[in-house]
Amino acid sequence: MAVIVFAESWEGKFKKITHEAVSYAKDVANAEGTDVIAVTVGSIDDDASSLGKFGATEVINVTGDAFGAFNASVWAAALNEVAEAKGAKHFVISGTNNGKMIAPMLSVKANAAYISNAIEVPSNFSPFTVRRSAFSNKGLVDYQTTAEKVIVGIVPNAIGVKEHGGDASASSHASSVAADSKSEVLDVDRVKGKIPLPEADLVVSAGRGMKAPENWNMIEELADVLGAGTACSKPVSDIGWRPHSEHVGQTGIQINPSLYIAIGISGAIQHLAGVSGSKTIVVINNDPEAPFFKAADYGIVGDAFEVVPQLTEALKSFKANQ
Amino acid sequence: MKILVCISHVPDTTSKINFTNDNTEFDTNGVQFIINPYDEFGLTKAIQLKEAQGGTVTVLNVGDNTTEPTLRKALAIGADDAIRVDAKPSDAYFVAEQIATVVKENEYDLIICGQESIDYNGGQVGGMVAAMLDLPYASPCVGMDIDGSTATVLREIDGGKEKSKMQLPIVIGGKKGLVEEKDLRIPNMRGIMTARTKPLAAREATGAEARTSAVKFEKPAPKADVKLVDNVDDLVNLLHNEAKAI
Ligand SMILES: Cc1cc2nc3c(=O)[nH]c(=O)nc-3n(C[C@H](O)[C@H](O)[C@H](O)COP(=O)(O)OP(=O)(O)OC[C@H]3O[C@@H](n4cnc5c(N)ncnc54)[C@H](O)[C@@H]3O)c2cc1C
Ligand SMILES: Cc1cc2nc3c(=O)[nH]c(=O)nc-3n(C[C@H](O)[C@H](O)[C@H](O)COP(=O)(O)OP(=O)(O)OC[C@H]3O[C@@H](n4cnc5c(N)ncnc54)[C@H](O)[C@@H]3O)c2cc1C
Repeated sequence: MAVIVFAESWEGKFKKITHEAVSYAKDVANAEGTDVIAVTVGSIDDDASSLGKFGATEVINVTGDAFGAFNASVWAAALNEVAEAKGAKHFVISGTNNGKMIAPMLSVKANAAYISNAIEVPSNFSPFTVRRSAFSNKGLVDYQTTAEKVIVGIVPNAIGVKEHGGDASASSHASSVAADSKSEVLDVDRVKGKIPLPEADLVVSAGRGMKAPENWNMIEELADVLGAGTACSKPVSDIGWRPHSEHVGQTGIQINPSLYIAIGISGAIQHLAGVSGSKTIVVINNDPEAPFFKAADYGIVGDAFEVVPQLTEALKSFKANQ
Repeated sequence: MKILVCISHVPDTTSKINFTNDNTEFDTNGVQFIINPYDEFGLTKAIQLKEAQGGTVTVLNVGDNTTEPTLRKALAIGADDAIRVDAKPSDAYFVAEQIATVVKENEYDLIICGQESIDYNGGQVGGMVAAMLDLPYASPCVGMDIDGSTATVLREIDGGKEKSKMQLPIVIGGKKGLVEEKDLRIPNMRGIMTARTKPLAAREATGAEARTSAVKFEKPAPKADVKLVDNVDDLVNLLHNEAKAI
């Protein structure tokens, strides 16, 4: 049986969301009375057995000439190869940009049903039923499948990491999967030293209320103190104050951090669609009527230019006393 | 170049989402339907490619006849012809099978999907079509140049971008960046007039079976009222002790 989880890594290190995916897989495996096999693809420097803490029993590193630059079809074939060797029926894949490409391709190759956007552990196993979000966080849907094999795609950060405790054995698997002759990665450009938004557990976000791009210094300072990622509203990226990669919302990135601080953002329905999955929302806005307050847990009605520097200072002393 | 743009017919982004029939169906009552915003970027890109390099742009939807106004709109924007596979799009796998069947018959060079349909947010169809046809796939695709039989595509990765060279035919899951928002085409009077006479063919579905089904819908619980605080120390305190967020 076994549950296969894709243990995504970047530059040889497991991503933080990989821990969440492994612990989710462990919950599935426990319910089915089986074990978790974490599969890593390509070179990995991290101690593979470190995934044992989150519930993996076995960590298999797939190696071969085909696993240089990322290729979703090749990665999917590798996962399928291990699954077949192990007789695995269930897969867990985190909804990162790469995971979202691998999962649908794997679904065809493995002849498996694919339920994406899961936000809870499955509520039933016969038939397999899991809750997912839809309609840009405006609806929750229970999806069901009677297929023999199932891939669950989970929303990053929506479920949380659980330490199950335990040890994992590490081994490698020499794959016979061939490289893709029709596709070749030319270049990868990744912002250094910044937390990629979909992975950020804390996010500081700002909108048109900031008035000008140079005022983002105070947003970045606040984010630095918190160790948070930075995001922005759509108009802010449209006018070029901030990069497109920071645009969150229905037509941007959807995020589910544990804390989302919205500064000078009105809270339009399309913006909320991308962030309403956040566990705690703080709104700082000088207009008490701003719609965002209706979606917030905590709010300060005030001028961002006064409140944000104060908040940064308050957090600095809070951190200093921790 | 023969281009296929797959169009999902979705509720307008401002729609209130409700469910009906004992929460087993999405309530379309009073909902305005639009071309999936991600597919709009793909459609404009297709038209630009056609204008620069020649070829045809076909739009495709899997849906019942209520989606025809959405396909007519795509024709008014500039597609040459439309295909509607007459079936309820019961799940992404079913939809992908329909698209793959049409692609096999017509041999498109480029199959443009959106990164996601904003109704069910599956993010599945494009990747499934690519795997079914063994074609290269890039999503979320934020840039594409075509030179002869080679495409250079730019896709978003977590915290950055990845550039690849791919051999046509390919499948992409597009979004903003493929074209800029200011360049999005909208229907003009002439487009609307000519769209009426452009071919829109309905065809039967192939006998694929859905693998998943939505059994129960629910609206997220409404948020409790916001707690307004008037100084930052109280906020830090609440975030630490109550929300346990820091
Ligand atoms: C199809 C479609 C898709 C869209 N997709 C998205 C999307 O994905 N993401 C997105 O964000 N938007 C999206 N939008 C746009 C959305 O409708 C809003 O226009 C946008 O979110 C507003 O951005 P904003 O809040 O930064 O600006 P505004 O609405 O202008 O709000 C600025 C806010 O700042 C406050 N403010 C001003 N000065 C201060 C100050 N000194 N201190 C504190 N607060 C201050 C104001 O009170 C106001 O509430 C979409 C729209 C459409 C039609
Ligand atoms: C009227 C209706 C009834 C439905 N009934 C059910 C139901 O009973 N049970 C259930 O589980 N689901 C149902 N669905 C949802 C249906 O499964 C999805 O619309 C479909 O599977 C694709 O959703 P997705 O979010 O996976 O698409 P994604 O994979 O997110 O879409 C990505 C891209 O694929 C293309 N695409 C997606 N859908 C279509 C399409 N229909 N035609 C052409 N191109 C498309 C577009 O380019 C889109 O940008 C229904 C949908 C509709 C509109």
